[in-house]
Amino acid sequence: MKKLLTLAGAGLMAAAIPAFAQNAALVPYVYEKAVHGGDIAWMSISTVLVLLMIIPGLALFYGGLVRTKNMLSMLTQVFAISAVVCIIWVTYGYSLAFSYGGSMDTYVGGFSKAFLSGVDATTLVPTFTNGVWLPEYTFIAFQMTFAMITPALIVGAFAERMKFSSLLVFTILWVTFIYFPMAHMVWWWGGPDFLAEQQTLKLIAEAAGDTAGAAAAAANLAANGLLWNWGALDFAGGTVVHINAGVAGLVGCIMLGKRVGYGKDSMAPHSLTMTMIGGALLWVGWFGFNAGSNLESNAITSLAIVNTFVATAGGGVAWMFAEWLLKGKPSLLGLVSGVVTGLVAVTPAAGFAGPMGALVLGLVAGVACFFFVAYVKNMFKLDDSLDVFGIHGLAGIIGAIATGILVNPALGGAGIPDYTSVPGTLQVGAYDMMFMLTAQTKAVLFTIAFSGIGSFILFKLVDMVMGLRVKEDIEREGLDLAEHGERAYNN
Amino acid sequence: MIIAAIKPYKLDEVREALTAVGVRGMMVTEIKGFGAQSGHTEIYRGAEYAVNFVPKMRLEMVVADGLADQVVDTIAKTASTGKIGDGKIFVLDVAGALRVRTGETGDDAL
Repeated sequence: MKKLLTLAGAGLMAAAIPAFAQNAALVPYVYEKAVHGGDIAWMSISTVLVLLMIIPGLALFYGGLVRTKNMLSMLTQVFAISAVVCIIWVTYGYSLAFSYGGSMDTYVGGFSKAFLSGVDATTLVPTFTNGVWLPEYTFIAFQMTFAMITPALIVGAFAERMKFSSLLVFTILWVTFIYFPMAHMVWWWGGPDFLAEQQTLKLIAEAAGDTAGAAAAAANLAANGLLWNWGALDFAGGTVVHINAGVAGLVGCIMLGKRVGYGKDSMAPHSLTMTMIGGALLWVGWFGFNAGSNLESNAITSLAIVNTFVATAGGGVAWMFAEWLLKGKPSLLGLVSGVVTGLVAVTPAAGFAGPMGALVLGLVAGVACFFFVAYVKNMFKLDDSLDVFGIHGLAGIIGAIATGILVNPALGGAGIPDYTSVPGTLQVGAYDMMFMLTAQTKAVLFTIAFSGIGSFILFKLVDMVMGLRVKEDIEREGLDLAEHGERAYNN
Repeated sequence: MIIAAIKPYKLDEVREALTAVGVRGMMVTEIKGFGAQSGHTEIYRGAEYAVNFVPKMRLEMVVADGLADQVVDTIAKTASTGKIGDGKIFVLDVAGALRVRTGETGDDAL
């Protein structure tokens, strides 16, 4: 807060003495890279918190929701995806997501950092504050967990029927062609110091009449991912992680088809106790996910933590009361589902919305997702078995669009970060609702189309080569015995 | 032999009452079934499942002829709540009995 006041003071001064400010800006921007131990500590904790979300959090959340005979298949799928993507990340994933992509840079990174080449204990990446940097290893590990959880989220949509071998192949293709480009398009940018430097160079070049220099600097300023350049805000992965996974899940459950016995046999969750443990671990781990996405340990980290509390509570309470009112009883599964809904919805807004905005967001998302899951899904006879679209996809969409509204300082939001109007100090940019809503909606529609079409092609490809679905008698027997040769519970 | 299907939570109460009237052994199995009580509905995120078989406890005991009526009465009295789903009791004749440890037969084996 103190820092923000100082920043505001500097901005005020610059506004009050424009001539002075302009002259000052004409000196090339020089900066030092400071690395803070506190940031590294917080980011390291956040990284393992996100791992806790995946295993055992997500694995148990999903595992409890399937029938006894498929418990281990769920746990194995989530666990194996984590390990496989972890390896892909350090071989070429990080490079595709977070390196310069040459002529394709708007869409995807290149291979210059494959096998983490060029990365060592001295290389740094920018944060969101001028002059504050983070060891590249810290950033690699943190972002790795995001790449690990996203494909693991998808498996809930076609639970209890997907062939394990095909799932692994699909996962490798999906992160390569969908996740890494998405992460690059949303989160690839030069950082505050690079922007300040290039903006200053541009002003100097313009003042000197050097059009070529100004154009080069302008090109550098625009050398960000596609969605970043649209002005779309996504604090912790509403588009990259949740809409992306939710849409891929929707496509997957349609392409694999319904489970044998859907609508006829009882497919009741085998252990809501496990689901509750998993759901609670998701909430705990999500603090690393959302507040860690700030990349620093400062006041915005705390804002993200508060938001991750209140939106989540809002989602849980809203779902519980909606269900109580319309279905007669407040169920544990409803409460936990609502909690996850709130978590997803606040993800893109975590460091942008104010706490009251986040609370409203959670409440709205809880009610909306309850309606979708309890009514709309059944109307369409969709066997999105564990509601990957109904929860992650839909709450992701609501959250992403709401972020464009709730970021407004007039609604208690943190405001749009502006790194260029006073190079070197972070300003709160002017808020324009139409612009923000357009940018957010464009980002959402793009993500739906990119993930939807891309996932369709990849599912189709894997289906043609090796088949997506297990044989019917295997499905009846359960995937645990047939695919993994063990059962979850031996008396 | 007396076979009874009762509400699970009534088991301890029935066992105590039966030991009090002199029953010295019984077999207990967890079962599912339906009778007049035809089950209930469970809702998971809007997916409704009709649960047609409700859990019950099945008691089996073999007693001397003279004790049979009293045992049936005792079970009926203690297992009753007056609501649907209290259970049923059946009485069968048994051809013989043998205690494995001693080789005793007939009423002595009970």
